[in-house]
Amino acid sequence: MTASDQTDQADRTARTARADAPAPEGTATPDDHALRDAIALDRRPDRPSAVSSTLTFAWRALLKIKHVPEQLFDVTVTPVIFTLMFTYLFGGALAGSTEAYLQYLLPGILVQTVLFTTVYTGYTMNTDITKGVFDRFRSLPIWRPAPIVGALLGDTVRYTIASVVTIALGLLLGFRPDGGVVGVVLAVLLLLVFAFALSWIFTILGLVLRSPNAVMGVSMMVLMPLTFASNIFVDPTTMPDVLQGFVDVNPVSHLTTAARGLMSGTAGVDDVTWALVAAVVLTAVLAPITMRLYRNRS
Amino acid sequence: MPQSELAVEARGLVKHFKSRRSVTRAVDGIDLDVPRGAVYSVLGPNGAGKTTAVRMLATLLRPDAGTARVLGHDVVQDADAVRTCVGLTGQYASVDEDLTGLENLVMLARLYGFKGARARRRCLDLLGAFGLEDAGGRQVKTYSGGMRRRIDLAASLVMSPEVLFLDEPTTGLDPRSRNQVWDIVRVLVADGATVLLTTQYLEEADQLADRIAVIDHGKVIAEGTAADLKRSVGRGAVELRVADTARRAEAIGIVGRVLGADATAAADPYGLSARVPEGSEHSVAQLLPALADAGITVPEFSLGQPSLDEVFLTLTGHTPDDAEGAGASRGPTTAGDDRETDDRAEVA
Repeated sequence: MTASDQTDQADRTARTARADAPAPEGTATPDDHALRDAIALDRRPDRPSAVSSTLTFAWRALLKIKHVPEQLFDVTVTPVIFTLMFTYLFGGALAGSTEAYLQYLLPGILVQTVLFTTVYTGYTMNTDITKGVFDRFRSLPIWRPAPIVGALLGDTVRYTIASVVTIALGLLLGFRPDGGVVGVVLAVLLLLVFAFALSWIFTILGLVLRSPNAVMGVSMMVLMPLTFASNIFVDPTTMPDVLQGFVDVNPVSHLTTAARGLMSGTAGVDDVTWALVAAVVLTAVLAPITMRLYRNRS
Repeated sequence: MPQSELAVEARGLVKHFKSRRSVTRAVDGIDLDVPRGAVYSVLGPNGAGKTTAVRMLATLLRPDAGTARVLGHDVVQDADAVRTCVGLTGQYASVDEDLTGLENLVMLARLYGFKGARARRRCLDLLGAFGLEDAGGRQVKTYSGGMRRRIDLAASLVMSPEVLFLDEPTTGLDPRSRNQVWDIVRVLVADGATVLLTTQYLEEADQLADRIAVIDHGKVIAEGTAADLKRSVGRGAVELRVADTARRAEAIGIVGRVLGADATAAADPYGLSARVPEGSEHSVAQLLPALADAGITVPEFSLGQPSLDEVFLTLTGHTPDDAEGAGASRGPTTAGDDRETDDRAEVA
């Protein structure tokens, strides 16, 4: 004990002699002993499970929402503007009355809102990469997909908030879902599953593109045709054949039909299945590509 | 765990970045032997391949060729084993700016497997040791440059890594923060860790490192202790000033005779200097008595080893800040370097 104290003392003296500038008064020079105590480790903890690591990253996503609540502005304001605009600007012309159109539009607006929100996944991921945080994550001995899956899980909170805002506004304006609470909740759950699957497109863009703004731009170019060339806003029967062909195979159309069905209590098994299959296929194809890009990033 | 005397062992490490038109040979066959418990510095100008080399050693990049082992674990085959024993602090603060300092550390502690109260306790201790206890509850984006670097270092130490990679840990820091980082490195190494740090500052390598690898254009061009490298360019020089400028010529004669080399007058009318030739190091001690015997007062006298700037110039043909090695710009760049060194000396 005494011997080691002496050695410590000698070390400290040697270091003080070597340091060319003693820190000025009031600066926080790390105290050697405090530092030693802080990093001393008698037993290394066991590596955390894949689930635990993933949840830690989801926790991080929630903390970011807590610290930067402004990021929820888009999520809450965009659906309000879209709902009001389409209902009162076009509703009368499209469906005869704004009330009738709202019944048709609201589930669609909900789909659009949640899908637009998925863009942030790619955006935040790209921000992490440009800032260097991802390097730190990649240097950790954890389940490799944890940072990405955790971020996607955290994002479902954002989707939920967007859904609640949209539905609440709809109810306020006179939207009356015949499917009841159960129908609405099921529709939102289906949307969350689909949004999780669709997010992988944006994780890929987040990994491939160079700046967060580029991710935002390209993502919008992907989402615009997917949401507008669908049955979200109007019945596609008035569209030209070619466009109808696209609308029919567009998974967003099937998702919207399924959400409408669930909310009005008339859901066909077909459309719900179609949306779920699309979600599984998207994940099965895109998640491995994302992980490959993530592993091999230079 | 396979035992090895070396903390880091790299053989023929290669990484080329291909773009449509050209291939950048970022790392072009590097060998490194970093002994356990040492501070090892990889010194080189911007674009020499330092960061790429460290990223390969820290398992962030796959080498195109060659092998590397960290504490005996292969960085490709056994990447997870490497990740459990290394810490990495990149060139840019790699912590989440939106989170607080404490949240950043707790997140990492959980990812290393620390749980609940133990994770929090450890992170608070670390914040305290780094002088960040008051800032722990603030978002990192509000931190100063020095604080950021410290939280980043603290983040690398959550798991008490046996090998710590620091990629240009003091680039962009003011002298005070730089000294703090140096102190931290010294404590870690005194405690048994191995530190591999990259730097473009010769002074930093000189101050901290037990051994230095000088790299340029993706290749190691020299390796050894700071003293080895300096010796490779000569034995250093004496510089002195006389009190009376009228007697400078006489002093030049005496110095030249004692050292057996030509002494030269400096631009300063009182100054003179001479290189110490091989084999006459012992004569240096006789200089002051010889001058005193002649009645010449010498208010300033210094014996310096050659600076690493000179080493770098000798080895590469260009100075460290002159990455392209254009011979034409050598003069002005060297002058710039001198100024920078002078500034630092003043602040320190």
